[in-house]
Amino acid sequence: MKQAFHKSQEHLFALAGNPNCGKTTLFNAITGARQHVGNYPGITVEKKEGFYSLDGRQIRLVDLPGTYSLTAYSLEELVARDFLVHERPEVVINIVDASNLDRNLYLTVQLMELGVPVVVALNMMDVAEGRGLRIHAEELSKRLGVPVVPTVARRGEGKENLLRVAVEMAQSERHWEPLHVSYGPDVDPVLKDMEKIIGEHGFLTDLYPARWTALKYLEEDEQVKAKGRQANATVSEHLEALAAKLTEHLQKTLDSYPEAIIADHRYGFIAALLKDGVVEQRLKGNRMHLSDQIDRVLTNRFFGPIVMVAVLYAVYEFTFTYSELPVQWFEAAFAALGRWAEQAIPEGPLRSLLVSGIIDGVGGVMGFVPLIFFMFLAIAFLEDTGYLARAAYMLDRVFRVFGLHGSSFMAFIISGGIAGGCAVPGVLATRTLRTSRERLATLLTAPFMNCGAKVPVLAMLIAAFFTENRAQMLFLLTLLAWVFALVLAKIIRLTILRGPSSPFLLELPPYRIPTFKGLMIHTWERIFQYIRKAGTVIVAISVLLWALMTYPGLSASEKAAFDVERQAVLETLSEHHKDLLTSEQKTDLPPQVQEAREQLRAIDKREAATALQSSLAGRMGTALEKITRWCGFDWRTNVALVGGFAAKEVIISTLGTAYSLGELDTEENTSLSERLRQDPHWNPLVAFAAMVFIMLYSPCFVTVTCIVKESGSWKWGVFSMVFNTTVAFIVATAVYQAGRLLGLGS
Amino acid sequence: MATMLLRHMAPNQAGVIVKVKATGELGRRIRDMGLVPGTPIQVQGRAPLKDPVAVRVRQFTLTLRNNEADYILVDVEKIP
Repeated sequence: MKQAFHKSQEHLFALAGNPNCGKTTLFNAITGARQHVGNYPGITVEKKEGFYSLDGRQIRLVDLPGTYSLTAYSLEELVARDFLVHERPEVVINIVDASNLDRNLYLTVQLMELGVPVVVALNMMDVAEGRGLRIHAEELSKRLGVPVVPTVARRGEGKENLLRVAVEMAQSERHWEPLHVSYGPDVDPVLKDMEKIIGEHGFLTDLYPARWTALKYLEEDEQVKAKGRQANATVSEHLEALAAKLTEHLQKTLDSYPEAIIADHRYGFIAALLKDGVVEQRLKGNRMHLSDQIDRVLTNRFFGPIVMVAVLYAVYEFTFTYSELPVQWFEAAFAALGRWAEQAIPEGPLRSLLVSGIIDGVGGVMGFVPLIFFMFLAIAFLEDTGYLARAAYMLDRVFRVFGLHGSSFMAFIISGGIAGGCAVPGVLATRTLRTSRERLATLLTAPFMNCGAKVPVLAMLIAAFFTENRAQMLFLLTLLAWVFALVLAKIIRLTILRGPSSPFLLELPPYRIPTFKGLMIHTWERIFQYIRKAGTVIVAISVLLWALMTYPGLSASEKAAFDVERQAVLETLSEHHKDLLTSEQKTDLPPQVQEAREQLRAIDKREAATALQSSLAGRMGTALEKITRWCGFDWRTNVALVGGFAAKEVIISTLGTAYSLGELDTEENTSLSERLRQDPHWNPLVAFAAMVFIMLYSPCFVTVTCIVKESGSWKWGVFSMVFNTTVAFIVATAVYQAGRLLGLGS
Repeated sequence: MATMLLRHMAPNQAGVIVKVKATGELGRRIRDMGLVPGTPIQVQGRAPLKDPVAVRVRQFTLTLRNNEADYILVDVEKIP
């Protein structure tokens, strides 16, 4: 075709459909690995884009968020609608679930009313057939007036044909032709009047068809009304008055509202469309579906909760068991990289920056990658099978008491609801919540849980001061975390995120076996975002924290003083012994050399501790003593807590440096426990206050960056740091002061 | 035949929606899900704490809270 040559070789198609209709599966089947995920500018709804080439043509496919309609109540709906209106894709491929045609066509009708060229993908034909439904695609196509292509996304069937039909439609350069649905004797005349006014004034006609704008005014669509007021206030007022008059009339005569009548007629339109000859029910009778039978057990009053606990435990076991080894590999790889850098680069600030700042910082974050991978894999599995929706359904009543949503529980569990999770995937898991108030409340409180990084710190303190009942202590702290998270969620929902709970209308999709490819793509997308973050924000903050704990360092005279001490030790040795000291030999050293080595090491450690104290972080710690003495912390604890902002494990290593233990392994913290036990400043009361503080204070910076990203604003990241730390301080102070009043801890 | 609120229906009881009283966001969400007058509906069950309720409507299962079910009036058949 010669003509086609002049036309654009790239087509922009959008993919729209209900949640659970197989949209993502089809998208993945079409684009495979050629896709990327981003965010729609300014908001957190994911934007997925993929490419496909067909007969030398590039097709850019944008996956719109799954929606039930095109109203503008949720972010997803708004995004989908705005994309269609502003980006004007050449064709919208609308995926409908063939086994649930009437509800899925509700969106189709709205797309057609908007006028955008539609191709319907009649998906899940296999499921429909399994239920004894036969759908005549050609007949449906004839009645809808748009192409209908049967597909089975799970097996990739029909995708090529679907794209061919879409390309054909794009090439035919069909104009936007809005569908006219009749809304009955009360609404139609008003619509007609409104259409006329809109047409005469060219009111928003560059964006929407006239009838569509009129409909939105009747449906009380705030976004369109706001746009209208901006465009032409007089026309907008006129339209609003007409809508108000109709509303009044309908209330008087039918005790109903325009939006209800409109919805009724849309469904009526669909019912008429599907009547006689489109859907053929071959198996009669009310056969119970397999999904319903499974639900009889899985959401049963008695078995449901038991199964749920078992599932949670399995997720937990799966994640932590299988990620243990790869996490060790990652850690070993970064340790090796650090050692290599230590040898390759001469000693000095540059080496310190690279090793202690960047490699340790990024390594600490990347070390979590396998853990997050398995966690996401488990969640993707639960999500894709449909179990996650059941769990939300069962738990909604409990979480509602605290102003949360049934879907909040997964985020809590993952963050460490059973001690040992991680708040980063926990925060990312709040994506399964659709509504914003509950979602934010969950985002902000999930980090109170005892994540895997807090556990070793708590374990070290428990080992030092609560030797008698270790297990009970950790259990108590886990319970406390839940109590604090839920109570604070309630407080947040009653104050800054006040408002009624959002409607809980959740579809329980039929149980399905997820596809391997779908699981992998799902998991990879999220992992990739995490890794990308490690390369940017995290490097910056690692460097900042490193600088805080390194500079300004010791003054020349202080350094000289340590050198003098070292010199003094060296002078006790003969030349031969000095050579032995600097040699690599480790064993069979003469006692003098052994002793000198010990002394030198002790001097190094004291120098490190002094350097830490005089660093900016150390000075901050000392300055903070004025405040933190209320909860019983000295400067050393304060510095460790500042370092803990990088990652909670750092608390142990920093305490180690501050108590001049030198390099400390988190695994071998017995010597630190011993040291703390002997230090007069520490006692069980201080330890308990410290544990509560560590449990509650600011999330680590990886979590904070995730909160920023997920909430779409820096405001919430800063809020979580300030709010959590304030709560931690108040609670730890209360614990410490109350304990002192009771005469504990001295 | 009797008309009652969805909240008061027994498990497995079926009927036909006669009225959806909700307006605003809740009303729209309910309608988006296909719960409009004339639609057959059957109670599938309730969560372990009796709330939310799961219903079968238009070939799929939907859950909603009892205080949302209060907006939906159903013409019910006798309990089978």
